[in-house]
Amino acid sequence: MADVVKLYGLEGSPFVCRVKIALNLKGIEYEFVVEDLSNKSADLIKYNYVYKKVPVLVHNGNPVSESLVIVEYADDAWKGVPILPQDAYGKAQARFWAKFVDDKCIPTVFKAIGSHGQEQAVAEAHEQLQFLENELKDNKFFGGDNINLVDISATFIAFWLGAAEEALGIKVLTKDKFPKLIKWSDNYVNCQVVKDSLPPREILVAFFKKRFGGN
Amino acid sequence: MAKEELILLDFWASMYGMRVRIALAEKGIPYDYKEQDLRNKSQLLLDSNPVHKKIPVLIHKGNPICESSIIVEYIDEVWNHKAPLFPSDPCGKARARFWADFIDKKLYQIGRKLYTTKGEEHEAARVEFIECLKLLEGELGDKPYFGGESFGYLDVSLIPFYSWFQAYETYGNFNLELECPKLIAWAKRCIQNKESVSSTLPELPKVFAFVQYLRKRFGIDD
Repeated sequence: MADVVKLYGLEGSPFVCRVKIALNLKGIEYEFVVEDLSNKSADLIKYNYVYKKVPVLVHNGNPVSESLVIVEYADDAWKGVPILPQDAYGKAQARFWAKFVDDKCIPTVFKAIGSHGQEQAVAEAHEQLQFLENELKDNKFFGGDNINLVDISATFIAFWLGAAEEALGIKVLTKDKFPKLIKWSDNYVNCQVVKDSLPPREILVAFFKKRFGGN
Repeated sequence: MAKEELILLDFWASMYGMRVRIALAEKGIPYDYKEQDLRNKSQLLLDSNPVHKKIPVLIHKGNPICESSIIVEYIDEVWNHKAPLFPSDPCGKARARFWADFIDKKLYQIGRKLYTTKGEEHEAARVEFIECLKLLEGELGDKPYFGGESFGYLDVSLIPFYSWFQAYETYGNFNLELECPKLIAWAKRCIQNKESVSSTLPELPKVFAFVQYLRKRFGIDD
């Protein structure tokens, strides 16, 4: 029997995008159900009664919530291109850095954006981003030659951040401090699987202008 | 395997550290426990976890693994000969990870507010804490353990919080047995049936005394 896969989300969400990338990497066909967060569907509330948020993946009627949990689920459920390394230590490292992006990088970067590049906020973001910069070492991706869970988790930094910087005329990811991350961003967004999953940049620029624009 | 191959940097009252200790005990693995002074962090801790500088850290053959949920998964994968903590199906795994993440995002932070805040913030925390426990009760349902018939990853993730319940009850001003009877029954079941739990969890009054000490240190009057 064929798999029935539905993804509840919205176009502009970097967390939903993580899941799209994972599904595309695995070559999975799915139905994308667009949610209006100001008027959440009964399905969304049923499938994610804890947080009532997107993304939610429903695979043959079974719901999975929280983007990184969903990405790992995709790796467990479907063979094909691996998202995590095979060895236990490699997995632990990948999970650590993916969690670091979620817990530390994205919140501090978002605060830097929201504050219109205020010095202290940017310094705090830089402190966290520096760990990520160092972790890249001489690799093309966090996963080495291919993208992995960490790259996917950092999609916000690769694409959303640039759009925010343009929208607000600020700079967070500076070339002098983060040459590796900038190069990585470029390589990452040009991967076909990622390209196919990203929303149009104009939408994000417009979103950031509307949300944070106008001092 | 030599004890020196496995080192755990930990703090006795940490519910995150307890998760790792329980997982190691479930698997019957010997290790070298190193109690850490969190107000004067050791060079080993700073070198092993330069990003967060936190415990627990498991050092396996010189390789450090950080973040308790990640450490427990690592332990389950490496020592897969005994006491599997995860189900084999992807759905079951995702479910366990989701709820463990829920505990990390919600329970710890809200629980902390119970003994560090006052007024409106405290009242909001009281309500949210019970809501969280009730959601967890819902997930448990009528199963003996979160893992079903056997003690699993989610049980390991949550049971350490039970050692903090006297503190939560006192400063939250509620009776948890009345509010969440199924959860309390589950906790007692874990302690009774699992030696890994009973030998790991500190006594509730000891943790309570520690929280009283923390409050003094934060300048919160009783």
